[in-house]
Amino acid sequence: MQMPKPNADILARKAEIVARLRQVLPASAVIDDPFETKAYECDALSAYRCPPLAVVLPASTVETAAVLKACHEMGVPVVPRGSGTSLAGGALPTEDSVILGVARLTQVLETDYKNRFITVQAGRTNLSVTGAVETNGFFYAPDPSSQLACAIAGNIAMNSGGAHCLKYGVTTNNLLGVKMVTMAGEIIEIGGAHLDAAGYDLLGLICGSEGQLGVVTEATLRILAKPEGARPVLIGFDSNEVAGACVSDIIRAGVLPVAIEFMDRPVIRAAEKFTHAGYPDVEALLIIEVEGSEAEIAEQLGKITEIAKRHNPVELRESQSAEESANIWKGRKAAFGAMGQINDYMCLDGTIPVSKLPETLRGITALSKQYGLDVGNVFHAGDGNMHPLILYDANKPGDLEKCEDMGADILKLCVEVGGCLTGEHGVGVEKRELMHAQFGTDDLDIQMAIKDVFDPKWLLNPAKVFPLDASEGRRQ
Amino acid sequence: MTPTSEAELGEMIASADAPLEIIGGGTRQIGRVEGASLHTSGLSGINLYEPEALTLVAQAGTPLAEIEAMLTENNQRLPFEPYDLRALQGTTGTPTIGGVVATNASGPRRIQAGACRDSLIGVRFVDGLGRIIKNGGRVMKNVTGYDLVKLLAGSHGTLGVLTEVSFKLLPAPQATATVLVQEAEATSAATMAKAMASPFDVSGAAHAGGVTALRVEGLEGSVAYRGKALASLLGGEVGPFDWVAQRDVQAFAGREGDVWRISVKPSDGPATAQALRKLGAQEVIFDWAGGLLWVLVAKGSPLRQGVKSGHATLIRGAGLAFPPEPAAIAALSAALRQKFDPRGLLNPKRMG
Repeated sequence: MQMPKPNADILARKAEIVARLRQVLPASAVIDDPFETKAYECDALSAYRCPPLAVVLPASTVETAAVLKACHEMGVPVVPRGSGTSLAGGALPTEDSVILGVARLTQVLETDYKNRFITVQAGRTNLSVTGAVETNGFFYAPDPSSQLACAIAGNIAMNSGGAHCLKYGVTTNNLLGVKMVTMAGEIIEIGGAHLDAAGYDLLGLICGSEGQLGVVTEATLRILAKPEGARPVLIGFDSNEVAGACVSDIIRAGVLPVAIEFMDRPVIRAAEKFTHAGYPDVEALLIIEVEGSEAEIAEQLGKITEIAKRHNPVELRESQSAEESANIWKGRKAAFGAMGQINDYMCLDGTIPVSKLPETLRGITALSKQYGLDVGNVFHAGDGNMHPLILYDANKPGDLEKCEDMGADILKLCVEVGGCLTGEHGVGVEKRELMHAQFGTDDLDIQMAIKDVFDPKWLLNPAKVFPLDASEGRRQ
Repeated sequence: MTPTSEAELGEMIASADAPLEIIGGGTRQIGRVEGASLHTSGLSGINLYEPEALTLVAQAGTPLAEIEAMLTENNQRLPFEPYDLRALQGTTGTPTIGGVVATNASGPRRIQAGACRDSLIGVRFVDGLGRIIKNGGRVMKNVTGYDLVKLLAGSHGTLGVLTEVSFKLLPAPQATATVLVQEAEATSAATMAKAMASPFDVSGAAHAGGVTALRVEGLEGSVAYRGKALASLLGGEVGPFDWVAQRDVQAFAGREGDVWRISVKPSDGPATAQALRKLGAQEVIFDWAGGLLWVLVAKGSPLRQGVKSGHATLIRGAGLAFPPEPAAIAALSAALRQKFDPRGLLNPKRMG
């Protein structure tokens, strides 16, 4: 992975730039000690690291605007950062950039149960949004695996999803409004407590723009009434194909579970070893969750198990208690960590049409043999969002590069079967160069033209999303 | 002009030198019209339908009725319940799926299943330079690059001419029940808020003529349970309600006057209606749990000044259809339009 060469002029002006940042922000909000900025040199794509020029931690929208305006005037690139949980390198700095962290923006500004929204500062963590409303019977639906740590700002930047988006949608479907600061330091408000825009849907454009169009400091989020209850069923099969066919039949029958999760044998084994969740040793495991009252749950699970039984499952376990439900989810939720116990791994995020599941899994197996690297598959089966985990050894020279090449081939396969490079993690630096596989020149040009509108000097998170060769002329 | 392929459309736009009026079925006439007619009816047909993947891909000029018939046959549907404005606007013609997307047409189920823009997962379009652009795709989770899918939804043909649209579908419900509460407008917002705060997954919340209507949909046993529970919670009764008439605002069809569609914070609904009556509003129909007002008013009434937050669009009548935007937003919108259609060819006056 390449990053553009840092601007030598900016590096030479570091002292002057930091002094200016200290003029517009309180002293404690500007970090330039190389020892302290170390914490910001990477995000969760930790294979890549780079110390930033400095780090700023504004505590308000006004401070955010002041620091962006100063950087804009000085021509210094800015890399926005939520909680640094990006798996795509969305918050990876360059040497000549200032990291703008929203970690101090954590307040709940307004909670409105009559109109079912909450307005928060964007550095607040995903789970603590639900935490602020759950005693009143509400929740915030998007639930990325990192929800304990990840910030709403990052969720908006990457349009984060989660396990339950089959029913509730992803961030963009649950976002009502934002307060945002442009690179030039202008504060703008988009959307609000009412639904839909009268003019262009700028909110939809901002969501998922990977921090390249503006820095979101406040967000108005839709909150929903909690269902009466939820219960998962665990179904084991002796082939991936049959598990895939079972998912298709369930959807075809008109049942809409809130989540359909899929794990293959390597992941099942690792998760079982790590959590002792009681998973059977099978080729493919589905966890299907439904919601509602006791009677509604029984009605839905009745239909689901009836369909599953037609596919001769080797295991079918309907949760009978809250404890059993937690156990069923325990292994799935710990799957990434469990794989990490075994090996270094790279987590991919391609999405495929669900009808192409067996074909794609066969292709991944073939690539695994070709490259000599093992793969485990965790998969949001209802919506086609795959998470192949490629195992490699970071201490072995050349293994990371091999793993990246194999990852690229898997993602190209996802595109070939009609899917896309990333379902919920974002492009960042990780998949930047692969964008040519999914988009033509004009497709990329019109997207970059949008960045030209919001950030004409290309100072905000510039070396992300677009292939470096495609964006080069604009970044100069 | 009626192109029969995307490539032909691209050439037509590339060689155009005067404004074009983009027309799907011509059944959603909102805003001002200028230019030679460009019809999308030649770009018709369902390209892909995978019921087991809840996915549909159709050319933009495909009649909506053709899509809905195919989905009904498979017990599926477009989640967002697109409205049909023909009776209301007095238009004739065949509504197309492209027109639905271009106007982000979303009915009562908006509050539960989202708007058209939320179900739309991919677009292909021709921009003002004649370039063929794709964005999104046919999968329901996709964050690859900027989301132009949302931007194109509701852009009224001003950023590009849609050629193909893809949707996430939902199973059609086995059963539907509506709980009716007889009450005055003033208390309806609170009733609807109470219903929406319940765990009963309400998929429609409307009020007009002294009746508040709350809809639940799903499996039979579940609907029976939730209908009863909701009726008991709100002090109402399960009864008949015409959600198609509600969706299409049939009550205002054929009646004299302007029709406005106003989106506000739901709890502001009744107060907004009161303010609008002072400005001459004759009748108000609430949808979206009070957050959407359909208003009938004498021609030319300056209704927009009664809307303090949210926005008002003139759906039927002469005048500025779209609300003026705050300066910063207007500047961004104009700059975006300049990028997508630098020569100002596509529906140039449509959105004001």
